[in-house]
Amino acid sequence: MTAALTPRNVVIAVLMLLLAAVPVYAAVTANNFLVTLFTRVLILGMAATSLNLILGYGGMVSFGHAVYLGIGGYAVGILAFEGATSGFVQWPLAILVSALFALVVGALSLRTRGVYFIMITLAFAQLVYYFGVGLDRYGADDGLTIRTRSQFAGLLNLSDRAQFYYLCLALLVVTIYLIARLVNSRFGMVIQGARSNDRRMRAIGFPTFRYRLTAFVIAGAVCGLAGALLANHTGFISPATMHWTRSGDLIVMVVLGGMGSSFGPLIGAVALLSLEEALPVLIRVAASPLFGDAALRMAEYWQIVLGPLFLLVVLFARGGIDGLLAGARRG
Amino acid sequence: MKRLLMGTVALVALGAAPAWAQQPVKIGFVSTFSGPTAVIGNDMRNSFELALDHLGRKMAGKPVEVIYEDDQQKPEVGVQKSQKLVESDKVDFVIGYIWSNVLLASLKPVVDSQTFLISANAGPSQIAGEQCSPFFFSTSWQNDQTPQAMGTYMSQKGVKTAFLIGPNYAAGKDMLTGVRTTFKGQVVSEELTKWPDQLDFSTELSKVRAARPEAVFVFYPGAAGVQFLTQYAQSGLKGQIPLYTAFTIDAITLPLQKDLALGVPGAQEWVNDLPNDANKKFVADFRAKHKNYPSFYGAQSYDAANFVNSAVVAVNGDLSKKDAMRAEMRKANYASVRGPYKYGNNHFPIQNFYLQDVVKDAESNFTLKTVTTIVKDSQDQFHDKCPMKW
Amino acid sequence: MLLFIEQCLNGLQFGLLLFLLAAGLTLVFGIMDLVNLAHGSLYMLGAYFAATFAAWTDSFVLGALLALGATLVVGMALEVVALRRLYGRDHLDHVLGTFGLILFFNELVRLVWGPAGLSLSLPMWFIYPVEILPGLFYPTYRIAIIVTALLVALFLYILVMRTRLGMLIRAGASNREMTGALGVNINLLYTLVFGLGAALAGLAGLMQAPILTVQIGMGENILILAFVVIIIGGIGSIRGAFIAAVLVGLIDTIGRAFLPDLLRLVLTSRGASTVAPAMSSMMIYLLMAIVLVLRPEGLFPVSSK
Repeated sequence: MTAALTPRNVVIAVLMLLLAAVPVYAAVTANNFLVTLFTRVLILGMAATSLNLILGYGGMVSFGHAVYLGIGGYAVGILAFEGATSGFVQWPLAILVSALFALVVGALSLRTRGVYFIMITLAFAQLVYYFGVGLDRYGADDGLTIRTRSQFAGLLNLSDRAQFYYLCLALLVVTIYLIARLVNSRFGMVIQGARSNDRRMRAIGFPTFRYRLTAFVIAGAVCGLAGALLANHTGFISPATMHWTRSGDLIVMVVLGGMGSSFGPLIGAVALLSLEEALPVLIRVAASPLFGDAALRMAEYWQIVLGPLFLLVVLFARGGIDGLLAGARRG
Repeated sequence: MKRLLMGTVALVALGAAPAWAQQPVKIGFVSTFSGPTAVIGNDMRNSFELALDHLGRKMAGKPVEVIYEDDQQKPEVGVQKSQKLVESDKVDFVIGYIWSNVLLASLKPVVDSQTFLISANAGPSQIAGEQCSPFFFSTSWQNDQTPQAMGTYMSQKGVKTAFLIGPNYAAGKDMLTGVRTTFKGQVVSEELTKWPDQLDFSTELSKVRAARPEAVFVFYPGAAGVQFLTQYAQSGLKGQIPLYTAFTIDAITLPLQKDLALGVPGAQEWVNDLPNDANKKFVADFRAKHKNYPSFYGAQSYDAANFVNSAVVAVNGDLSKKDAMRAEMRKANYASVRGPYKYGNNHFPIQNFYLQDVVKDAESNFTLKTVTTIVKDSQDQFHDKCPMKW
Repeated sequence: MLLFIEQCLNGLQFGLLLFLLAAGLTLVFGIMDLVNLAHGSLYMLGAYFAATFAAWTDSFVLGALLALGATLVVGMALEVVALRRLYGRDHLDHVLGTFGLILFFNELVRLVWGPAGLSLSLPMWFIYPVEILPGLFYPTYRIAIIVTALLVALFLYILVMRTRLGMLIRAGASNREMTGALGVNINLLYTLVFGLGAALAGLAGLMQAPILTVQIGMGENILILAFVVIIIGGIGSIRGAFIAAVLVGLIDTIGRAFLPDLLRLVLTSRGASTVAPAMSSMMIYLLMAIVLVLRPEGLFPVSSK
């Protein structure tokens, strides 16, 4: 697969370069907040990429994917609260518990299709959400502050913003690479084949259920790791991370960025988080000449623009941003 | 020669001084400005702005710049916005926080960056205890204090049995614990409801009817308070079993609760008719500008502005002198709309709590009135757990 | 015992309100195959319209009727302008598009009516309780909700089972192409069905309004429950929605009422108070998960195309 100089590849390359340069730029301009903002983009991009494996390629619309962010996050949070601050214990546990939960949910849900699948994944997510709400010892609804970041015996200092950023970037790149490899392997072919015609795949002899379940577990595990990163990043975890609307946000990122493409979810994460920051500013700037001071208040209603934007993307830009860049329409 | 030198120095000093004086005092204000509870955030913002207007929008001669950030009632968003304020906007003070859970999440990044955090509402027990910080001050109260006052009042009225109802989150639990601390009668039952989802209290009210307590204590902030009172009346309990409240009836919910709130007492550290000059000016000017009465959320925000001003003035605008500012803040040396008060070692106020009742004013609007002082110089029960001593 | 009956009535009332919301949702889903997350926004609009019109006309009933009409119009407009283009598409597209509409409607309502919410008061005779059994008092208004919802359920039954329009609806649900091929104006049918669903949602919203406040985002939480109901009941089945809604309403209410007391036998009072609400929320989702695992098409599936 040669890397052609298509507009899409150029954009992706530039994006990656820019992302790599963020801490440097931030150090030069003494604006640490940029690193904070983009670390979040990287982590959610990783979560969205994991969702893309099952949603974009596998056609499994999981409306409960944010639950793994929560499981990973609580693994870190609960262990830190109880005194186990070593990342070598926390992170593998985050991945393991997420994988196990995905196994259970997948085993039960993957027998259903379409909207039923959406709803049952939602049901399991709400179950975990309410379970988290009932965790009195760990803050319940109010959440848990994480006083010390995961410790790695001096190898890494996660409190160093730049180090943490590059760790997240590295993990993101590894995730994108692994999923791309997975998708282009026989495994990936089966998943994609099962999305378009499950019966045919089974007729050929592939135990599609097993393949799809494996993909589901991998997606959950990766997202669990993203959750551990997120908990370290915000220094805080609460059930709100697992609410169904957060799963909706992840779906939006995947679709907005471009389903079924390697970098689509990352692009979607960048786009969505940029929009959330930029739309209020844009509205204020655009409305100031006409409305003066009222423009500041008008900017608070930015979601009035964001909402229909989703609808427009769905109607006219089915392949998301990546699709627009590639010039192709996906079905 | 000497005169020339002196003149040059004077000229340079004159030239430099205004430049230094022009550096604004930057304040970040975190509250809820979207969703159903945006109305509370707006009240806080209006009051804060009014205070700044009264100060001439200057503190120690320096202009004041405020950046308002919306926490969307979510701890995750609150911590993100707080981080942005201290890291990106580099504010000198962070003020606000309606919700205890948002405050708890946002505390660490702000105080770790050695920026002062002034809570104008939330008062979780953890920050009054183990998590107290030299960079944190409250111009409101500690969550347990207000219900403790109500518990005292209920005991004073000779209530023997009570049923407690509240929402199931940090503040809700703090409130019910607070009542239990001071209420001498028997708590027949306690119900914590889903928050903020559950708005239908028919189940809990049926249980009240079955349990037949002498009184019911309830804590439901914001819109939930409106719903609770409505359903209390609809269930026929109003008039049969007296209701005692904390933070359920305020200037924001009262226009919606109307008659239903008549005769329902609440406890508060501030009521709009407290007879000190600062308060009279605050309420009068607020009503002139916004027509409604300000709420306690607003009063606490108004105080926060003047509180910060006292510190800035004490160091003559040199905001790098954090220790000196803290020393001044600890004195509570400003004209608070609740009257004078002191600070405990954990930087929470030691203050009076009043009984408020609902009446109609001269223009037939519903408003709150002070009936009596329930407790004087009440201090929260967690200050022992705070290691700070001064 | 009386407490139990009262809780059952509460559960029934909640279930019936859920039914009104779910009925519209299941109709739209069953016939147009449209997943409409913005259904909760129509519910919210019904409440806002009712509060506004009741204030203008000084009459609750008149305000309610006007609100029904207004929600019907908004629903049909929404279908024609935006949602019609989503027919035939992936459910994911529906989810994403209507998710965006939720944001839009929330902000629109905030823009028009402000962030504070509204209130809707009832005429006095509605508020006070009646003694329906010796010693058992129940608010008149809640009885009115139960009666109204049952009447609407009856009306829907007659409409779907006994009228020509209902026949077309059922035909469209089982086989869309054939119905279209038979010369029925499918576009008009769909718009009408969507309007009906919107009106039902608006009715649920306005009926709830006097006992709860009217506020932004009020549809989001109950929307999820409505989806749970139609999944349990079977998509496209109004009968299924009815039974599932009452079931969910009863479980939720009885659970919330008696679970804390049950748990207090094993946990501390505080522990019970914390775990109980979480558990009763979990129970409904557990029920849905169980139904989906055992009967993936729901309890009363409609034979589909």
